[in-house]
Amino acid sequence: MTHSAAQFLEFLEANGGFDLWILFGGVLALLIVSSIVGVILKQSATSETARRVIDNLNARIRAWWKMSAIFALTLLVGKTGSLILFALLSFLALREYITLVPTRRGDHRTLFWTFFIITPLQYYLIGINWYGFFAILIPAFAFVFIPARIALAGDTEHFLERAAKIQFGLMICAYCLSHAPALLILKIPNYEGRDSVLLLYLVLVDQMSDVLQYVWGKLLGRHKIAPNVSPNKTWEGFVGGVATATLLGAFLSWATPFTRWQSARMSLAITVMGFLGGLVMSAIKRDAGVKDFGAVIEGHGGILDRIDSLCFAAPVFFHLVRYFFVR
Amino acid sequence: MSARIHPLAHVIAALARGISGVQIRWQGCVPEPRQRIYFANHTSHLDFVVLWSALPVELRAQTRPVAAKDYWQSGFRSFLAQKVFRAVLVERGAVARSARDEHSDEEPSHAKGFAVIEQLAEAMGEGDSLIFFPEGTRGTGETVGEFKSGLYHLAKRRPDVELIPAQLENLNRILPKGEILPVPLVSVLTFGAPIHVEEGENKHEFLERARAAVCSLHRKGDAR
Repeated sequence: MTHSAAQFLEFLEANGGFDLWILFGGVLALLIVSSIVGVILKQSATSETARRVIDNLNARIRAWWKMSAIFALTLLVGKTGSLILFALLSFLALREYITLVPTRRGDHRTLFWTFFIITPLQYYLIGINWYGFFAILIPAFAFVFIPARIALAGDTEHFLERAAKIQFGLMICAYCLSHAPALLILKIPNYEGRDSVLLLYLVLVDQMSDVLQYVWGKLLGRHKIAPNVSPNKTWEGFVGGVATATLLGAFLSWATPFTRWQSARMSLAITVMGFLGGLVMSAIKRDAGVKDFGAVIEGHGGILDRIDSLCFAAPVFFHLVRYFFVR
Repeated sequence: MSARIHPLAHVIAALARGISGVQIRWQGCVPEPRQRIYFANHTSHLDFVVLWSALPVELRAQTRPVAAKDYWQSGFRSFLAQKVFRAVLVERGAVARSARDEHSDEEPSHAKGFAVIEQLAEAMGEGDSLIFFPEGTRGTGETVGEFKSGLYHLAKRRPDVELIPAQLENLNRILPKGEILPVPLVSVLTFGAPIHVEEGENKHEFLERARAAVCSLHRKGDAR
């Protein structure tokens, strides 16, 4: 091995560790392959409908490049970087959610608290490793604070609905999602200093499951699971996506504290929860009469459309890891 | 031309854009360097800044808000209105009062109302556009209020300019009347197709049509 190659490897080991860089390499290869496939498909498209599907696919791939770059960068910065990224995602997701949900004038101050005090505090608590408070801030304190603050504002019209809708949004967008970067404060024996790899594992399996469900659904999708909720979710897509993403998770066990078999089961939990998250958020969109929560990510819709699966998978994965692997 | 814009105006505009997350839709026209009166529904202090910041930079220097003199006259508000955004400050209700006196569709002959329309026409001069809230005051956002007659008289006085309806959605939820802290939801601003006072159209008909034009730009298309 030459001197400069050794230096390069040292650099990688010092900045995130080999596992992280190998996973980055894998993601990079995947992005390059899908971009090439996108170009080939674009040239072979003949009908107008096919062209539209492929244009959307290419837009999604372009967005994936950007999202992967941002996520990789924040992982390299470390805990602070990840916390800022996920806090921002929570903030933007909550923004999309509350925009869609009818609130009234009397909710204004409550919403201000929700956005500017409670959500940042949730991430601050991860930052100072205060697990006990992190776990109860929203389900206990914010839960009682929200209806109390609305009651103080004095407007009783649709009171319970308004309180419940704000509580739900805060739970999904801030509480559930914050469990992804909270992986960074778990003290897993024999896994010290590699927590960001576990965060990448969660996001990778979860997002790949979304992608694979989409791909299998487009290729083989026939039988709709819940046509009233989402016309794009089919049994073929679900089974194919979950199976292949679980397989991927099993092969990634070398980067985790899990054995191969454990990693497969963890990935199964992530993918199934992710599917349910997508389904629930689709039901909310359908109820509100919209297709997407927003339009900030090209081809994907809004932030919440992209991370809905993660919001459901993160808390379950976090607690599975905490219960079985942290003593 | 952009040298005329106060630096603070850019800062406030950027802040307003960030807080309101505004999506801009040019539905019935495109941004052009021609004299226009943008008229919109009014629910928030952010309305003007969001609409102004939605225009391309080169148009901003030539677009002035019309604001109520009684509210924007003193202290820091006056500094913001006059120095930063070059607002045209007018006396609220003067046109309406004078028109009511006359019961007529003609130009207000009452001295005060006439003076306000003259003042606006003059402020536009050769090249400036105006941002105008014909309801005259901020509403709750549940409905668009009746339009005051100023828009009609100004349109008659300056038939050469385009009247562009605009719909501002959700700003009443972001910074409603009486609040000083914003809640950063996503808002939508839609510009519609220009309208003019038609031949033989009376004041009431025109104002109703102008109001309907603003309402029709709401994304849900409901009669708000």
